Amino acid sequence: MFELLGVPPQALLGQLLLGLINGAFYALLSLGLAVIFGLMNVINFTHGAQYMMGAFVAWMLLQYAGIPYWGALVLSPLIVGATGIVIERLLISRLYHLDHLYGLLLTFGLALIVEGLFRQQYGSSGLPYTNPIPGGQNLGFMFLPWYRGWVVAFSLAVCLVTWFTIERTKLGAYLRAATERPDLVQAFGVNVPRMITLTYGVGVGLAALAGVLAAPIYTVNPTMGSNLIIVVFAVVVIGGMGSIAGSIVTGFGLGVVEGLTKVFWPEASATVIFVIMAIVLMVRPQGLFGTPR
Amino acid sequence: MTSTSRRASGGAGRNVDLIVFAVLVAALLVAPLAVYPVLLMKVLCFALFACAFNLLIGYGGLLSFGHAMFFGFAAYVSGYTVKTWGFSTELGILAGTAVAAALGLVAGVIAIRRQGIYFAMVTLALAQMVFFFCLQAPFTGGEDGIQAIPRRPLFGLVDISGDLSLYYVVLAIFAAGFLIIWRTIHSPFGQVLKAIRENEARAVSLGYAVDRFKLIAFVLSATLAGLAGATKALVFQLASLTDVTWQMSGEVVLMTLVGGMGTVFGPIVGAAVIVVMQNTFTGFGEWVLVAQGCIFVLTVLLFRRGIVGEIVAIARRRAAAGEAVGREAPAGG
Repeated sequence: MFELLGVPPQALLGQLLLGLINGAFYALLSLGLAVIFGLMNVINFTHGAQYMMGAFVAWMLLQYAGIPYWGALVLSPLIVGATGIVIERLLISRLYHLDHLYGLLLTFGLALIVEGLFRQQYGSSGLPYTNPIPGGQNLGFMFLPWYRGWVVAFSLAVCLVTWFTIERTKLGAYLRAATERPDLVQAFGVNVPRMITLTYGVGVGLAALAGVLAAPIYTVNPTMGSNLIIVVFAVVVIGGMGSIAGSIVTGFGLGVVEGLTKVFWPEASATVIFVIMAIVLMVRPQGLFGTPR
Repeated sequence: MTSTSRRASGGAGRNVDLIVFAVLVAALLVAPLAVYPVLLMKVLCFALFACAFNLLIGYGGLLSFGHAMFFGFAAYVSGYTVKTWGFSTELGILAGTAVAAALGLVAGVIAIRRQGIYFAMVTLALAQMVFFFCLQAPFTGGEDGIQAIPRRPLFGLVDISGDLSLYYVVLAIFAAGFLIIWRTIHSPFGQVLKAIRENEARAVSLGYAVDRFKLIAFVLSATLAGLAGATKALVFQLASLTDVTWQMSGEVVLMTLVGGMGTVFGPIVGAAVIVVMQNTFTGFGEWVLVAQGCIFVLTVLLFRRGIVGEIVAIARRRAAAGEAVGREAPAGG
């Protein structure tokens, strides 16, 4: 077959697909971060740990209860989201009147606790999770594993549903209003504290969903979250947290860029997103989709 | 992040600081009689690291979540120059510190373009970039790090191969670093920094080039963090990936938080508490991480002023009660 810039198209498209998958995780996680930050002014450092919990809960459901992947896809985000609600009610809600940095420090501490507990229990070598839809289709120009195609399509759908809910429904209108003026929305009779709690739960659930999706692709590993969350922070800085659509586009876009870097300059693939972040900060500090404040 | 702005009145507080510092140094001079010198040196290195970090968060209101990049990278540079290039000890430390300063300048220029929470995320991301660089660059020795860094005589004269003699060198470095920070806080520069922390918009309207002040503070903090890292490489004769990880950045935040952000001695106390805790629980595996997380959560929820901050607050409340001045102590830590 023909070669593109000296790279066989199989490798190129394979990495492109992997990039799209990573991009899906970036999008799902930065979406949750953006919604939580918009409403609570808290950067949820626990987000990576909750992504990891999503994968682990899926693994445990299979291991201890025999619940297969498709059940875990629903149950795991619900379970992890519920733990998020408890955390918000018990701990984070006590800090809303303080400087936002305390929320960051608190959730950082929580992330350490969660990661430490899982590392203590399961070590840091990683546990395998069986691919629920093995096999794939040869498209002529590349081989498409079913599961990878499913992850890209499904997470794109989840992102679009989230975008639609926030930007086009009445519920989303309440949410956006509360982001701008919580006091005023409360005065209109909306229970803002409950809304905040549920929003946190949903944001955490999205992270857990990404974790379940990741489980069959990567091994289930206690450190999978902390490595990812820092990249997601960079993604958030690049995109700016002002726009939901912006988070989705930035997430997928950067995943693809990272995948392409793996093909053309493998050594730089771990740092390319951080380099892009530095450039964006110099040129457009508020982020690609952010509004200057 | 607001913090107790003590010593606004100047004079008396400064003298108290210096007396406390003199007592501290005197105690540290005789401490090797009772405590293992290597543990003391570890505490001193981390105390200097935390003091440097505190300069940013406590007096500039800038939460850097990536200070490990200066600490760890300086350790690599001093380790490499001393071991491979045959630099003398003092030159090696100087090289590490200088590279940390240059790195601080680059990272600072990028990071100060955002404030608050974004600043924290940007510094964290930049530090992760440095981590990956160190992971891949051949000179760092990958997972092994740089081992067996020689301890050459200081200035060709003072033998520091023994732990006790090296301890006094480390103590001198720590004291010098502390005094630089203390002097900075009490200079007009430090006052402007505090003004920026309290109200950035007003500082801008008063005509201060806010970004330049932040950048200088950032570079100074990075330089001293580098000094601490370079010294640590010498103490343990090792520079490794551990010192550039995000966990290390988190640890210095924790030390400063526990001791008291924005207090002069808080970071020293916090560093001592955390290092001793780590040393005590070394056999407990990942529970150390869990314990650190719990300390984070408890400190943020229950005593945000930190150990020294709480002591200062109690002392001030007593003094205020004594003078029957009914003004409440400002909250925050």
